[in-house]
Amino acid sequence: MIETFVIKAVLAGAFFGMVLNLAGLLTWVERKQSAVMQDRVGANRAWIVLPKWLAPLNLLLRPLNVLGLFHSLADAAKMFLKEDFMPEGADKKLHTLAPAISVVFALLAFCAIPFGDTLKLGDKLINLQVADLNAGVLFIFAMLSLGVYGVILAGFSSNNNYAYLGGMRAASQMLSYEITMGLAIMGVVLSYGTLSLQEITRAQGGYFFGWIPAYGIFVQPLAFFLFMTAALAETKRVPFDLPEGESEIVGYFVEYSGMKFGMFFLTDLVETVLVACLMTTFFLGGWQVPYLQADGFHFPWGASVPLAHGWVITLGVLSFMTKVAVFNWLFMAIRWTLPRFRYDQLMHLGWKILFPASLANTAITSLVVVAWGGK
Amino acid sequence: MATKVLKRQPLNWLDNTYLPTLFTGLWITSRHFFFNFAIQTLHLFGLMKHIRGSVTYQYPEEQRPLSKRLRTRHRLTQREDGSPRCVACMMCETICPARCINIVATEHPDPNIEKMPKSFDLDLGKCVYCGFCVEVCPEDAIRMDTQILDTAAYSRQQMQLDMTELLHPRSTHLYKTHKQGQPAER
Ligand code: SF4
Ligand code: SF4
Repeated sequence: MIETFVIKAVLAGAFFGMVLNLAGLLTWVERKQSAVMQDRVGANRAWIVLPKWLAPLNLLLRPLNVLGLFHSLADAAKMFLKEDFMPEGADKKLHTLAPAISVVFALLAFCAIPFGDTLKLGDKLINLQVADLNAGVLFIFAMLSLGVYGVILAGFSSNNNYAYLGGMRAASQMLSYEITMGLAIMGVVLSYGTLSLQEITRAQGGYFFGWIPAYGIFVQPLAFFLFMTAALAETKRVPFDLPEGESEIVGYFVEYSGMKFGMFFLTDLVETVLVACLMTTFFLGGWQVPYLQADGFHFPWGASVPLAHGWVITLGVLSFMTKVAVFNWLFMAIRWTLPRFRYDQLMHLGWKILFPASLANTAITSLVVVAWGGK
Repeated sequence: MATKVLKRQPLNWLDNTYLPTLFTGLWITSRHFFFNFAIQTLHLFGLMKHIRGSVTYQYPEEQRPLSKRLRTRHRLTQREDGSPRCVACMMCETICPARCINIVATEHPDPNIEKMPKSFDLDLGKCVYCGFCVEVCPEDAIRMDTQILDTAAYSRQQMQLDMTELLHPRSTHLYKTHKQGQPAER
């Protein structure tokens, strides 16, 4: 009993530690990537320089200084030191609760994401997943939907018309896109016949024609694009940042400052990581490494490299992290490339293009699954 | 008046999905990203320095190349023996629209040269950088070609340049180079 508890605690600690660090790092990635993309250098002036007698440490710090990594730290310090302002007439309890709701539900969704295969330690089997839910997909969608509450409550409790408007926009946008998201993922669920994310990942271990990995992106290419679009809309970042609308209404967090604002900010980044994890799990085979089986590599041209169990698992986790990082890069690229939608365009895209397309995808997948006998 | 009717190209079905433009845009930004990323990484190791990875000039450490003709901070030119070329003719003091030059003349030991400045004060706080002083000088004794742009100071007093500073720009303690104030070298 105690043992299970400790194992779960370690798993949760490791995974959430990774996620939160990645989210923090994304602030840096965002600055640097946008800068490099726009032919700039990017923020690099937050330096930590220790006094002379600690010179060797300075040598270690220097690369980090030059890369501007301490800007994330400076950000955090700023957020904590800023005045926490509460507008007059605001609902004190809800105003405080809203950012917490936002960030907690975004983080909870990570529980169901498998970041590695089952690890054998002695005679113990450890599933590298914080909570091994057999309806993981449903759990994640439930958490994502609950996350909307944070945003709506923020807009509602701030006693500010602009915040209210932002909250309303967020509500309508997220409800519209969640439908597409759910339906797009239905195609994947139908194809693999399970709601458990670990099982979905495992089912992607096969190969087409003996050499193309049977990842979700090849099984459900349309669902990939639909899910990505809808999921990006869920993160409320730029092509879909109408709830925020920096240039006109500032959005649902207009009355937030200090760390409460920081939590909303973090939520966006955590959700970006979450969406990257989901995309990886559903469409890029999660922790699967191409041609890596339980006992080592088996290449389609016949060669094989045997590997110990520990290495296979490690490679799996590394593969998962790499894929997540690549998706994060892609999302940042999208965020810094595309202009914002107009509100009618957003609704047009959501209801007239994505929604019918996801319906059609689900219907066709169902037909194919039934015709082929399904699982 | 004749009107020209611009033909608007209607979006076709494909354009309406936003996909073609989306991929073009991503292609352009990613191309910039990977090119600049590679160049900037190489720069960290001191390679390929002749190709710029960004348009940024890291200002205090790296100054933007300026045109030779740009009017920057003044300096007084020197004779071969290091004394000022200025003959204290007061032309610049007279023409200066901001009245920021103040010269006190004295006799020059060499009888061939009539006068020389005992003190030459120039108040940068008043100067409008018109360059009249340079144009009017008969001796080519004052020039505005030091390429120094950072004339920032904590007080008006510090904006006043005396003859030493004008003869040897950035020599007196008020106008020491920024590098000495920097916490660590880059
Ligand atoms: S540049 Fe113009 S304002 Fe400045 S010292 Fe020369 S004449 Fe005077
Ligand atoms: S015009 Fe030239 S020579 Fe005459 S006082 Fe000015 S700097 Fe000296």
